[in-house]
Amino acid sequence: MSTAAGSTNRSQNAAGVQAPPRLDLRAATGGGLFEYAPAPESVRPAIADRYGLFINGRFTDPTSSKRFTTINPATEATLSEVAEANEADVDAAVRAARDALPAWAGLPGKERGKFLYRIARRLQERARELAVLETMDGGKPIKESRDVDIPLAAAHFFHHAGWADKLQYAFPGREPRPVGVCGQIIPWNFPLLMAAWKIAPALACGNTVVLKPAETTPLTALRLAEICDEIGLPPGVVNIVTGAGATGAAIVNHPGIDKIAFTGSTEVGKIIAKAVAPTHKRLTLELGGKSANIIFEDASIDQAVEGIIEGIYFNQGHVCCAGSRLFVQESVLDRVIGKLKDRMSTLRVGDPLDKNTDVGAINSKAQLATIGKYLEIGSKEGAERHDCGTADLPGKGYFCRPCFFTGVQPSHTIAREEIFGPVLAVMSFRTPEEAISRANNTPYGLAAGVWTDKGSKIFDTARRLDAGVVWLNTYNKFDPTSPFGGFKESGFGREGGRHGLLAYLA
Amino acid sequence: MTGASVSNLPHSPTVDAIAVDRRAASFTTRSIKNESKINALRLALTMVDLTTLEGKDSPEKVRSLCRKAVRPWERDEELLGERLPPVAAVCVYPSMVPVAAELLAGTSVKVASVATGFPSGQYPLDIRLNDVRQAVRDGADEIDMVINRGAFLSGRYQEVANEIRAVCEACGDAHLKVILETGELVTYDNVRRASDIAIACIRPGDFIKTSTGKVSPAATMPVTLVMLEAIRDAYLDTGVKIGMKPAGGIRTAKQSWHYLCMVNETLGDGWLSPDWFRFGASSLLNDLLRSMQKLKTGSYAAEYDFSDA
Repeated sequence: MSTAAGSTNRSQNAAGVQAPPRLDLRAATGGGLFEYAPAPESVRPAIADRYGLFINGRFTDPTSSKRFTTINPATEATLSEVAEANEADVDAAVRAARDALPAWAGLPGKERGKFLYRIARRLQERARELAVLETMDGGKPIKESRDVDIPLAAAHFFHHAGWADKLQYAFPGREPRPVGVCGQIIPWNFPLLMAAWKIAPALACGNTVVLKPAETTPLTALRLAEICDEIGLPPGVVNIVTGAGATGAAIVNHPGIDKIAFTGSTEVGKIIAKAVAPTHKRLTLELGGKSANIIFEDASIDQAVEGIIEGIYFNQGHVCCAGSRLFVQESVLDRVIGKLKDRMSTLRVGDPLDKNTDVGAINSKAQLATIGKYLEIGSKEGAERHDCGTADLPGKGYFCRPCFFTGVQPSHTIAREEIFGPVLAVMSFRTPEEAISRANNTPYGLAAGVWTDKGSKIFDTARRLDAGVVWLNTYNKFDPTSPFGGFKESGFGREGGRHGLLAYLA
Repeated sequence: MTGASVSNLPHSPTVDAIAVDRRAASFTTRSIKNESKINALRLALTMVDLTTLEGKDSPEKVRSLCRKAVRPWERDEELLGERLPPVAAVCVYPSMVPVAAELLAGTSVKVASVATGFPSGQYPLDIRLNDVRQAVRDGADEIDMVINRGAFLSGRYQEVANEIRAVCEACGDAHLKVILETGELVTYDNVRRASDIAIACIRPGDFIKTSTGKVSPAATMPVTLVMLEAIRDAYLDTGVKIGMKPAGGIRTAKQSWHYLCMVNETLGDGWLSPDWFRFGASSLLNDLLRSMQKLKTGSYAAEYDFSDA
């Protein structure tokens, strides 16, 4: 693939720059002198033609006999047929979890920890296979599933394995008890990692779980079910039921469940909150976002540009905490935009299994259509779109060229609604007050990024941002020791760290 | 600050160390295969400044180094089926310049000489300038100078700049490479500032260079990235194109293509030629040859199959 120049570059309004029209680094050569040959990942994980539901330690056929296909979004090829769980299946899973609960909760923490350590080690041992599977089922670049998703999933199990026998030290004066049976519904953007975020703390605290992976990305969760079986986890402790919205609703509405943990859209989160409100169930929600990435003029600009890229183009922008609103101090706006364009011209969009791919496939046809709709609205409302590079996208599969909009007004749809794609809205500000008030002017409050070299400004800005996570001179950094969660309509409850345990302790 | 006069010197941006390390590491995950790898190895070979900078250097060693620079591998046609191009330059101490100049006359290989009281630069300015003039008179095409780190670290940036300008003038037609000795500057902010000062004082086509090879750490990928970013900003702001030479510590073929990926993605492929990018190295060349043979034949040759110089 060519790293061709952003030939859309016209000379920008170079206010304050005395130089001639800003030069294009790559214009002279077209960027083709050092092509990277295809470097496809060679491992091909075994994928069964059909998968059942993992209930009570066994793969079973769904009572509905219904199945749905899961495809590779980069090729549109069918990967497997997956069982669709109905209410009866969910009921069986909840009963299995209930039956397993007393023995699991009664195990000494140290013994529960051993199971979690075993899962963690097995994830590491099967990392390459899991990474490829994650990439095939979800479309994310192999470089990310290999270096981020799978290692972090293992890290979450390791981290929570350590907590299992130390819960009374985590919360002195309390007798930590499990909540009970947990219904967990996870999204398609980090399939295995989200499963780990949900299952690891629940198990460490002595709960049993019924987990539903997203309908477009069930395969790694089913591999995790295999791993639970392989390491001898007692049957019923982890149950994995596949399906779409109806299956999720069956979990949410099941009276035998004590806690619901949901990660997904704010829209669905509100429905779940309503459904759960009149019941005894506890609830944590990790929902959408429209996070602000704020770049002050005294920031290390080249590194801040990396932070923009990391913030919005990581995982095709399918990240709830994506830095999708960029606020740049006016004095450095032209410089940042120029550098951003050049940096984007080096992004390699294409085959997710190629080790040099930076931006992979959009997760589903439906999501590609949603992104397309927002791109149209963005232009229609008067913002100017800048695409990354001119290289052809693959002919098959769901691909979207990373882009950003300038000339965005705070009232524009693309500045207010979560797009969940590689689309950035760029805005400017003049004073820190303005940056903070505009960053907070959103129904969401999941994350934010602040870029400045000045320590006092870092702490002042971070304190005044309504966001669950504020990254300082970095973006999209995750660690099991660090709690993650939202403000406002981005949800409530924390995952990770000591705070994350609270959601799973009565 | 002691006497820091930066009136006509560039205002350098700050560098976030953690983010630079992270970005530099990202280039090492680029997977270079098949024809890309062959092209990268061949390109890297043409960028080598084959170096010997030892107190015990002998005319004989320099002669064999020159020979290897012109014809990197005697068995290239036999084992690779192609005649390999010469490397970019031979880099020696001033006393060896006449020897190298004589052997390399009529070839494309340049004679590079370290000068200005290399490696410490702790000599009076007139001695350092005479060092340069003598090397040029003896036939050096390129001068690798060291900056005055003492002046830099005490904040006397103007003095550093003035000295670089003076050396530049003493070079005449010879190309100049300004060694920052980043291992002694320690912070990336210092590396960036020194890069900006040097770039402001040299001519288009001159180089900035990381290290003497006498101080550890020598060239690292993050340090090189910071310098490439300085070159990029200078180009974007003024159109002046400056070259880059990491030196010291680059020993393997794999390291070399990581650097090439970094140059390609940071500055663009307009810098992917020996006119704009060099590797200051001695053992790198043989590893490039070994890797070429591995690609051709499928097996690694022993190190002793390749001549030291």
